[in-house]
Amino acid sequence: MEWVNAVVQGTLLGGLYALFAAGLSLIFGVMRLVNIAHGDMIVLGAYLGLSVTAILGIHPLMALIIVVPCMAVIGYVLQRSILNQTLGGDLLPPLLVTFGLSVILQNALLEIYTADPQKMNAGSLETASVSVGGLSLGVLPLLTFAIAVAVIAALQWTFYRTALGRAFRATSDNQEIAQLMGLNRRHIFGLAMALALGVTAIAGIMLGIRTSFDPSIGGGRLIFGFEAVIIGGLGNLWGTLAGGVILGVAQTVGAKIDPGWQLLAGHLVFLAILAVRPNGLFPRISG
Amino acid sequence: MPDPILHISGLEAHYGDFQALYGVDLEVAEGEVLAIIGANGAGKTTLLRSISGLTQNDAAMVEYRGEGIGALRADEVAKRGVALVPEGRQLFPSLSVEENLIIGGQIGRKGPWSLEAVYKLFPILKERRAQQSTSLSGGQQQMVAIGRALMANPDLILFDEISLGLAPIIIKDIYAALPGIIGEGMSALIVEQDISKALSVSSRFYCLQEGRVSLNGPSATVAREDISRAYFGVE
Repeated sequence: MEWVNAVVQGTLLGGLYALFAAGLSLIFGVMRLVNIAHGDMIVLGAYLGLSVTAILGIHPLMALIIVVPCMAVIGYVLQRSILNQTLGGDLLPPLLVTFGLSVILQNALLEIYTADPQKMNAGSLETASVSVGGLSLGVLPLLTFAIAVAVIAALQWTFYRTALGRAFRATSDNQEIAQLMGLNRRHIFGLAMALALGVTAIAGIMLGIRTSFDPSIGGGRLIFGFEAVIIGGLGNLWGTLAGGVILGVAQTVGAKIDPGWQLLAGHLVFLAILAVRPNGLFPRISG
Repeated sequence: MPDPILHISGLEAHYGDFQALYGVDLEVAEGEVLAIIGANGAGKTTLLRSISGLTQNDAAMVEYRGEGIGALRADEVAKRGVALVPEGRQLFPSLSVEENLIIGGQIGRKGPWSLEAVYKLFPILKERRAQQSTSLSGGQQQMVAIGRALMANPDLILFDEISLGLAPIIIKDIYAALPGIIGEGMSALIVEQDISKALSVSSRFYCLQEGRVSLNGPSATVAREDISRAYFGVE
């Protein structure tokens, strides 16, 4: 039963990792941009949530209504003003620029919020649990997982059922021809980054409710996000959710074997999958 | 001649580091079909890229309906009613056949072309509409590429080598469909290596040779020897 419990808890944890990864996956899918600052943007989302709850005195989940659009605007402006200039044939400039952004963000957060760990207070939600077949499941992890599934489903729907998604896929396929269709790729990329940071805001707030955070933890979240994306296969959003779940389960099962193995087990499973299936488990079938 | 829809004057354009066009002058009248012929590397594709905005030059070098569009981006040119059927078709592989067509119409210009109209022109595409665009045969892909451009309801449509890499029977079909396409009052510019095909559907032609216009005139009356001379540069 304890093992079943570990697997179930890991699955729920995987929901959080999928939220970390979704924005990363989306940005890479649309514009082949590897965003090294993604983890710090998750942390930025958490801090924005903290400020909003502190100033307005509202529940962290209500803060989503403000933080998600804020992050989306930040994403659009960031893309149009800086990141678009770095995109071209070469992968290195966007890597370097987002690495720089990561350093800037960390230090700015450190200046504003200090290095003290912070946490958002979600009241009874944090400790509430339900019993299912002898297992005690936290309401917060369940909610996080449900949100992750909803976010992935919404992104999937946007990608394959809307004009915006069509524009994303077309621009990703062939930027020049997309331009001929009247799509300004700079604007399309801005919208993609806005959407990605909107999702990142959700990830940040769910993170900030679940655990304490400080300005330095972005790098670790970036790694979890990367691993989930790679395990699931690039360009496949449901794969990203599966990747998050596999990573989460590996960590909790690892921790069950030996508490010191939690992170190590996750990384080992990631490496094993990378060795056996270099394209991830569910790579997008390319045309 | 009625007012030109497109007026190109002294167009100097580059293809990468290489200068591809040297002072090209060219005019397309409203409703006219113009053929551009020339050998490989004569600058035909660069000419179309310059008109469509994929290659940006000085604004005044390309005038469309009296407006200098030479320096605009491709999406801005497209919104003004210029569509390009690119060489090699270049469909979007992640989009289905129907999505490829819809995205062509997303620009929102009004006119006779719609999904139904394109399906009426190319019925096979309706059968294949849910398929991945890259799963089609070359000829069907070319139909999608043409349909995609038509969906924008352009006033000026540019065809770049639409017969390239297709079987002769398919080329015949596509050229048979052309009058129905251009008959809607559209102006067209057809770049083609197959000279007789190009001359048969156009009213006038321009021959490019090493980035310069070497000959132009009415397609119906031009002498073969003149064309070979202008085409190959043999005196």
